[in-house]
Amino acid sequence: MMRAARALPTLIRVGMVEAIAYRAEMVVWLLTTTMPLVMLGLWTSVADEAPFRAWATRDFVAYYLVALVVRNLTSNWVAWQISEEIRTGAVSGRLLRPIHPFLGYLGTHLGAVPLRAIAVAPVIVIMMWTSARGVLVTDAAHLALVAAAIVGAWLLTFGVFLCLGALGFFLDKAMGIIEVYFGVFAIMSGYLIPLALLPGWVRAIARVLPFRSMLGDPVAIAIGRVPDAGDAARLVALQWAWAIGLLALATWLWRTGVRRYEAFGG
Amino acid sequence: MRLGYYARLFAVQARASLTTAMQYRADFLVQGLTSLYWLGWNLVPLLVLYDDRATVAGWSFGAALVVMAHFVIVRGILEGAINPSLGAVVEQIRSGAFDYTLLRPADAQFLVSTARFAPWRALDVLGGVGLLIYAFVRLGHAPSPAQLGAGLVLLGAGLAVMYGLWIMIVATAFWVVRMDNLIYLLSSVFDAARWPASVFRGVWKVVFTFVIPLALMTTFPARALLGTVTWQAGIGCLVGALLVSIVARLVWRLALRSYTSASS
Repeated sequence: MMRAARALPTLIRVGMVEAIAYRAEMVVWLLTTTMPLVMLGLWTSVADEAPFRAWATRDFVAYYLVALVVRNLTSNWVAWQISEEIRTGAVSGRLLRPIHPFLGYLGTHLGAVPLRAIAVAPVIVIMMWTSARGVLVTDAAHLALVAAAIVGAWLLTFGVFLCLGALGFFLDKAMGIIEVYFGVFAIMSGYLIPLALLPGWVRAIARVLPFRSMLGDPVAIAIGRVPDAGDAARLVALQWAWAIGLLALATWLWRTGVRRYEAFGG
Repeated sequence: MRLGYYARLFAVQARASLTTAMQYRADFLVQGLTSLYWLGWNLVPLLVLYDDRATVAGWSFGAALVVMAHFVIVRGILEGAINPSLGAVVEQIRSGAFDYTLLRPADAQFLVSTARFAPWRALDVLGGVGLLIYAFVRLGHAPSPAQLGAGLVLLGAGLAVMYGLWIMIVATAFWVVRMDNLIYLLSSVFDAARWPASVFRGVWKVVFTFVIPLALMTTFPARALLGTVTWQAGIGCLVGALLVSIVARLVWRLALRSYTSASS
């Protein structure tokens, strides 16, 4: 435990340097998250004609820009990384290290966060210029909850992707699962369309799944759709519970998977 | 005679891909299910939107569905016939295996463009055609033979534009090796083609018209089928497609000249 705590700052530093070394690639990857912008273009055209079920243009602008920020801050590629390392056998090297492999991944992806923050800063600046500014929450309680929700969303996303990556021990086509996962995520998290606008039965399913905590709920808190701070706090608590649960699930999947694992080509 | 040679070569390359695909027959089922899933997925925003509105920017639900069907078809072709080959060539350039392609006695652009197909993606195209038929059933009228012909011609032009853009991206891989994520970027922008182009305004309109002419790929073929495209616009599409193809060919040849093998 102590050894892990001592190693983590170094691992994060290594992750940061890696992120900077591959910055051009990272920027292109961030740019591929164009879906919120496309949906923003669509919905603002619609809402300019007439507000869509109590959602005016500025609500859509705020929703999709905050979604873009949250998504880019909290996303990572650990599932692809693990899946690739299992396929090539590179994961054996990680298993030999004296700390849990998850800490290595944690370092890499936490290290990328500052660069991601710099990349999304222009979006925030643009948002402050637009009509969306009037929608964002400004009181201290909500701002604190937004911060907690973004940290929680990061941990939850990391946990989910660790699970998906660890599935690579059991399936030889884990990448297909990730594609399907993204389809479910995009609808059930509110990434494609705000959850509040989805049909009732879809919302009922989304309510019991973790995806809403990854994106939709933090965004809803930030744009003032959860006016009561107590309600918002409950959403954040639920989110952190999901995060802990999924990280635990990932640990268990990994342990079970490693037992089945026989290094390829080794 | 050269044409016959290339036709035979195409058949051989396609057969090789098909043989490979037949080894993974379970993929057929998986691909079929995922195609259906994404087909339904694509419809969700459309259903939410038209649940509240009769028309959006002048497009009725049925007409928007025709554009969506074109999007599904074009993306099926993109992921079945264009992306696999061009992804492979980026890999070849990096590993140096591209040298062997250049040594072969046929046009290198032709060889890399037909190197690999994903035949199961034909299911996506079928799904798109099904959606198209459903859209016209909803609209309550069928396109006339002339409209059908115009639609097919413009669809061909749209595919040519897409192929040209993708070839240009691949050509940049000769200068900057890691360009496969640029293909992802283009694919993700292409996602916007599921919507009628006139829905977008402002910055989006500029990007989708001049930077990446999405309207040419799905909206114009759809409008030709719906019979709302003028002769002038149709000819404009064809000229645009021709221009993009010529520029793509020139960029490819220019890039080829600056190719230095990775192995030496």
